[in-house]
Amino acid sequence: MGFLFRRKKSANSAKERLQLVLIHDRTDLTPAELESLKDDLIQTISRHIDIDPMAVTINVAHDGRSQRLVADIPLRTVGHRRGREPGRAAG
Amino acid sequence: MTAKVVTVASGKGGVGKTTSVANIAVALASRGQKVTCIDGDIGLRNLDVILGLENRIVYDLVDVIEGRCRLRQAMIRDKRLPDLYLIPAAQTRDKTAISPSDMVRLCDELRQEVDWIIIDSPAGIERGFKNAIAAADRVLVMTNPEVSAVRDADRVIGILDAEEKGPAALVINRLDPAMVKRGDMLSVEDVLDLLAVELIGIVPEDENVIVASNRGQPLALEGKTKAGQAFQNIARRLMGEQVPFLELETQNLFQRLLGRK
Repeated sequence: MGFLFRRKKSANSAKERLQLVLIHDRTDLTPAELESLKDDLIQTISRHIDIDPMAVTINVAHDGRSQRLVADIPLRTVGHRRGREPGRAAG
Repeated sequence: MTAKVVTVASGKGGVGKTTSVANIAVALASRGQKVTCIDGDIGLRNLDVILGLENRIVYDLVDVIEGRCRLRQAMIRDKRLPDLYLIPAAQTRDKTAISPSDMVRLCDELRQEVDWIIIDSPAGIERGFKNAIAAADRVLVMTNPEVSAVRDADRVIGILDAEEKGPAALVINRLDPAMVKRGDMLSVEDVLDLLAVELIGIVPEDENVIVASNRGQPLALEGKTKAGQAFQNIARRLMGEQVPFLELETQNLFQRLLGRK
């Protein structure tokens, strides 16, 4: 299709922008607060179990009008020793 | 008679609340229903001019609430439709002149007299809006297919849920099918995706709305225009009828649904 190089339709921009704005309006959660929540979560979980901090993602998902916080926290396998050294980030 | 109280709200101003209240009230009255509409926009009244009843105001909403007249005396009867009445807003007072419980009391008294009470909420989410939804059995949220109106509608829908006045029913006003087709306007489907509420009406952009307001003759008085027809359909849906959305309205929705696969 020749449309590939045309600018994105403005209605699509409107929809994408609104999707993000509405998440923050509905939850009263700013992107910065979400980041700090993520850091706290990583710290807490790391005290109990070995995780890869760089691979953690946390997002607000919506289903109809209800919102949920979805965190994806990959665990390190036990064999993966080098990540255990103190002071080292992702392995 | 026990009236149903329907409030029309939007958050953002200028999306067409007053026009819709006038037309939905006219449409219901033209179907043999007894209707009173109340202008909830104290200090900025407009429902009277849209209905063409501005020269007949003697008493207003605040006069009733403060006991200067009886309810009946503030109800202006529309001569074109004998079952249509208007209770105008006061023009020289502000929103704090009445409280939510005043509105509940007033509507309880009115409920015995009519089939429908349609309340025009002011823009915003403050006192005037709280007054307007206090007595509502159902709230219609108006929006336009445009970012600021959709965002504000979402706020209003959220507040209605929190105040247990939900679920709201959505009216999308001023939809331009040609712009939607070009990809330069949010479609009905886009708006429903974003707001996730029930749809009760789609009103196309129509120059006749301005002509009708110039004359004080709401479009729904004659069912010939597209917008007039859309308001008639909203009235029928409120009455519990299953009415398909207008051809022109749904064309793009179907195209998009088919195009998605």
